[in-house]
Amino acid sequence: MNLFASAIDWILDPANYVGLNAIPLRLGQHLVFTLVTLVIASVIAIPLGYLIGHTGRGRSLAVMTSGGLRAIPTLGLLTLVALWVGIGVVAPYVALTVLAIPPILAGAYTGFEAIDRRTVDAARAVGMSELQIVRKVEVPLGLPLLIGGLRSATLQVIATATLAAYVADLGLGRYLFSGLKNRDYAEMLGGSILVILLALVLEGIFALIQRFAVPRGVSGRPGPAATPARTPRPRNRSERTAVVR
Amino acid sequence: MTWVLANLGLIWARTLDHVVLSLPPILLCFVIAVPLGWLARRYRVSRGIILTGAGLLYAVPSLPLFFVLPAVIGTGLRSPLNVIIALTLYGVALMVRVVSDGLDSVDADVRQSASAVGYSAWSRFWQVELPLSGPVLLAGLRVVAVSTVSLVTVGAVIGVQSLGSLFTDGFQRGIQAEIIAGLVATVGLALIFDGALVLAGRVLMPWTRKVLPAKPAVLLEGSAA
Repeated sequence: MNLFASAIDWILDPANYVGLNAIPLRLGQHLVFTLVTLVIASVIAIPLGYLIGHTGRGRSLAVMTSGGLRAIPTLGLLTLVALWVGIGVVAPYVALTVLAIPPILAGAYTGFEAIDRRTVDAARAVGMSELQIVRKVEVPLGLPLLIGGLRSATLQVIATATLAAYVADLGLGRYLFSGLKNRDYAEMLGGSILVILLALVLEGIFALIQRFAVPRGVSGRPGPAATPARTPRPRNRSERTAVVR
Repeated sequence: MTWVLANLGLIWARTLDHVVLSLPPILLCFVIAVPLGWLARRYRVSRGIILTGAGLLYAVPSLPLFFVLPAVIGTGLRSPLNVIIALTLYGVALMVRVVSDGLDSVDADVRQSASAVGYSAWSRFWQVELPLSGPVLLAGLRVVAVSTVSLVTVGAVIGVQSLGSLFTDGFQRGIQAEIIAGLVATVGLALIFDGALVLAGRVLMPWTRKVLPAKPAVLLEGSAA
């Protein structure tokens, strides 16, 4: 496994920690890019998802759009937008925001839908206004599924941000492409290992957040680890898992 | 449009490349995921290990995986095998959970009845549990098929030819029509695969075809979701 040894050497090489191509700088770019994309996508998708989840309107449209968007290859969208707006960071931002919206949207409205209707009716019966129901009942109870949606959006953005280096001088993906160009396998492999580590660390953080997002006093909620005892609509449940994961 | 008409041969050739790269992962992942999913459901220890492993595997981005695989299995960097193996791994990661969920969705009463009328554990799995979890498996496989077809295009940046080559080539030469043609062809191919799976599901699971005469509209909406 001297290939991996040379990749580790590349990661630890002090020469890769200075200048405009330094590993911390590339890592920072990757993270900032991911964070900004997620924030933009959330600002659009969460209110829309809550509206769909609370009113129940526009659901089939949302399901169709997010299903259709999943079929669109990221690389195609990325290169097309890059041709339109030119090489630079704008194309990745546009393309990735479009890709991050469906999982967040799905997380927001499935979070509301997974709530027992009787709970919502009970809240209405004790005199809560619609806004109070959303704020005090639906948002907290739907949080685990929303975070599940954010989790898969994050993974997708981290992955596609790597690909975005194909059209922009951005993030850890640069090492993959410059290594490919210079036939430097240590650089490619080192860069790949860094991206994979980043993705796994974020996945772990989200797994923890998701665990703590369950409101106190609520148990056995149908989250990603759905309880086997609850099998009301197995078909839908698996589809939901597939979308949210 | 003129570009498309002048290059129909190229688009067709890349479509065939694409099918060759995307079909094996979809079929292989199903074959591998069924025993793993069964194992994940059967024992508590194996469940934790398999489902955690699948979750982590699914979190690994595709492009870096294409670069890491050659170092692990010794293939060439530009070998199509990397793409096929990587996408099979993703398919397995997703399907293992689906299989275990699907087996879970089989009614415990049905399982016990099957044992009571004399099915062995082996034949009960193949003749009762697996067919009854069919609709869940089909839903999962449709997700795998669509995302596999889409992910194959990523291989183009390391030089594995597919419809994704139309994106890289169109980008480098500044031909918008080529990229759009690639997008349309990829989404079209995904829809064809999806349709084929739905059709296969109807043939293999005739009982799911029975539409209740009372509310056909609602059921149609459900199957579209």
